[in-house]
Amino acid sequence: MQGGPENATTTDAGHASRVVFEVNGTSQTLTLDNRTTVLDALREHLGLIGAKKGCDHGQCGSCTVLLDGRRVKSCLVFAVTVDGRSVVTVEGLAEPGELSPLQAAFIAHDAFQCGYCTPGQLCSARGMLDEVAQGWPSAVTGDLDAPAELTDAEIRERMAGNLCRCAAYPHIVAAVRETAAGGRAAAR
Amino acid sequence: MSDDAAGRAGSDDTVGRAGSGDAVGRAHPRLEGPEKVTGTARYAVEYPVDGVTYGWAVPSAVVRGRITRVDTAAALASPGVLAVLHHGNAPRLAPGPERELWLLQEPAVHYRGQYVAVVVATSLEAAREGARLVRIDYDAGPHSTVLTDDHPGLYKPDHVNPSYPADTAEGDFDAGYAAAPVRVDTTYRTPAYHNNPMEPHATTAHWHDGRLLVHDSTQGTSSVRATLAELFELPPESIRVVAEHVGGGFGSKGYAKAPVVLAALAARHVDRPVRLALTRQQLFGPIGYRTPTIQRVRLAADTDGRLTAICHDAISQTSTIREFAEQTAVYTRSMYAAPHRRTTHRLVRLDVPTPFWMRAPGECPGAYALESAVDELAIAAGIDPVELRVRNDTAVDPDQGRPFTSRNLVGCLREGARRFGWADRNPSPRSRRDGRWLIGTGVAGSSYPARARPSSATATARPDGGFLVRINATDIGTGARTAIWQVAADALGVPPERVEIRIGDSDLPTAPVAGGSMGTASWSWAVVRACQSLREKLRDSPGEVTAEADTTDEVGNQPARPRYAYGAQFVEVRVDVDTGEVRLNRMLGVFAAGRVVNPTTARSQLIGGMTMGLSMALHEEGLLDERYGDWVNHDLATYHITGCADVESVEAYWLDEQDDELNPAGVKGLGEIGIVGTAAAVANAVHHATGVRVRDLPIRLDKLIGVSSLA
Repeated sequence: MQGGPENATTTDAGHASRVVFEVNGTSQTLTLDNRTTVLDALREHLGLIGAKKGCDHGQCGSCTVLLDGRRVKSCLVFAVTVDGRSVVTVEGLAEPGELSPLQAAFIAHDAFQCGYCTPGQLCSARGMLDEVAQGWPSAVTGDLDAPAELTDAEIRERMAGNLCRCAAYPHIVAAVRETAAGGRAAAR
Repeated sequence: MSDDAAGRAGSDDTVGRAGSGDAVGRAHPRLEGPEKVTGTARYAVEYPVDGVTYGWAVPSAVVRGRITRVDTAAALASPGVLAVLHHGNAPRLAPGPERELWLLQEPAVHYRGQYVAVVVATSLEAAREGARLVRIDYDAGPHSTVLTDDHPGLYKPDHVNPSYPADTAEGDFDAGYAAAPVRVDTTYRTPAYHNNPMEPHATTAHWHDGRLLVHDSTQGTSSVRATLAELFELPPESIRVVAEHVGGGFGSKGYAKAPVVLAALAARHVDRPVRLALTRQQLFGPIGYRTPTIQRVRLAADTDGRLTAICHDAISQTSTIREFAEQTAVYTRSMYAAPHRRTTHRLVRLDVPTPFWMRAPGECPGAYALESAVDELAIAAGIDPVELRVRNDTAVDPDQGRPFTSRNLVGCLREGARRFGWADRNPSPRSRRDGRWLIGTGVAGSSYPARARPSSATATARPDGGFLVRINATDIGTGARTAIWQVAADALGVPPERVEIRIGDSDLPTAPVAGGSMGTASWSWAVVRACQSLREKLRDSPGEVTAEADTTDEVGNQPARPRYAYGAQFVEVRVDVDTGEVRLNRMLGVFAAGRVVNPTTARSQLIGGMTMGLSMALHEEGLLDERYGDWVNHDLATYHITGCADVESVEAYWLDEQDDELNPAGVKGLGEIGIVGTAAAVANAVHHATGVRVRDLPIRLDKLIGVSSLA
């Protein structure tokens, strides 16, 4: 993780720090225990309960958020390291009361059941689509020099870090595929 | 076959015609979808609570023994720590049948991981640090934690879950087996499986004026309330348990579990609200798991493949503090007919956490063994495995001797074979190869009981023309909320938009747990009766009227008949000829489960069940370290579950099935039938691809490595 700590203000005999970071477009100033993760800062200090704690070890993906536009597992990022940086959670994927095309596609394809992994799936998919747009290859990309094409195999591979015990996987793939196709159509 | 019913989610075929009574059967997105995709759906530890504190459970570090000393000084000196609860200072619980939940009451340790202390602090970080600083000394004794088929402690339980006889016998199995021309005698093993819902078990508890309010991650709050009332010796009316959204359960939240007890104890002790969530690691054991099994199956048939003798001997484990007898061989009692049949169950009490329900308990591991053995029999008899199952179909339950209310196993097999393209199959193993991949296909049958339990509900007509239906159902991701809404609309004869549903709160009319594939059957029964009663009342006196229903008598008086859902899973795998890596090409299931209320959520349930069966077959395995009596791979990096990249194609279809002897909605339940035979279908496909029969799950690549050198 880059940036952050040197700007954060340490207080409380060295156990806590003042952290200023942007969450869903709004600047937030928090004094946090240095051990607090971004996930716990969101959930326990900002009341943003969208990002979920499934394992707290970076193994399930339920806590995925976008940090400066890139998907990260927020349970593995200490809050003091995001001072001056920007976080987007599932609550920030659309304007309040509205749904982004991706969120609408998740509902239409029933791409979730219990819903607990869903915020992480959505943030992961959003970040993943940006990675594809930037031409990043994945482990199943054949031609590293050609533009990344979003086949189902690519979606499955790129979404493999987000576990879903209800196993909505085929519907998640369908929702992401449809959203990506709509995005391309809109761009033309 | 209904292609429409199995149509895609999000089609135009949606609920909403004006009171035309056809809401049931139409695809509709789940009602809480917008909340779930925007992150506003609240789960158990996500409610804003003033003055909230955080609990952190401390597990036992020994398997069996006695706590000799608890040193809390360092923990209490740690900033933010408010209290350390343990057996020496925790509020008292009533000793009773809830032995597993009698936590922090005694120095005895019955299994490793048993919760022996709780640290309460003003922050999560402080609670976790406090838990690290609690020092507990033990006198540890010897332990036995590994299930074997010659364990000296093997015994026959009085019954197996929920209330079946442990053993059954019809005819003369030994003589029938000895006389048959085609025989199979094989032993299958399954490891411990861990439910691992994505939301760990978690609770927020508050006490206020002697009343207890709990937000719990559970499959049924009526049952949790009853258990808390017993443990805390309170009238049930002074306890409220809420579970508006639940992040999965798969059986493991089917009963009150440790967090709700620990949080309530801690909240009472510190006189402040407490949030307590188990860690992922803490889910491996103390909240239950699917017992390992050892199953010997013997099948005998005539040369036409007609079964003459069936025997299924199942061994599983339980703990020293509670008997949990998985009904592993019960599946075999009613699935296929034969004149000579025998089933047995034996248990061992080990120094382990008590096993508990996991999706299709009994049927799932039992079907893996039986449906694998049937495949082996088909090969031995030289008969197609679909055809062999069809030949052994029966309209009469071999166990009860009564006709099934409906049994469409053959329909599922035939329709599945047609859709899958089974007819072209070359039965010889290793007959298909594509480059480095050996390709094979397999099939299995499935069945699961269609039960219902008593429930209550109310229906209210509002002055504005709307209706409110209240029932303490729980939606753990099944789509229960939406299904009940559709059922209620039709029962009221109004457009669904005019109906509001309230569930997930023990203050609502009492209803059974979301489990055993009986939620929708049980809940919709009470909802239909309440709505019918309301319509009658409205004829007499229009206005704001409420009608109540309780189906206890009606359910209890239902004639005893064998009622089952059926299914057939078809699987195609490819196996790397050098590494033994198994990949799923495609998986297809056809089911007969009565009426399907909502095709959208039904499909999700079925493919979810099938995928969990795939996970059971290929990925999941609890690895127990005998020295420590605990599972070493107790996290999601080392306990593997099927991920997105593992599922290339899975399809679920269902037959149109009307069975008027079930319940008013005509449903059989969908939560478990998807998983039942899937692991066997995968194992059968792997055998077809490679010629290697793996009889101990999971089918790891090391069990297949070297398949290239086989003839």
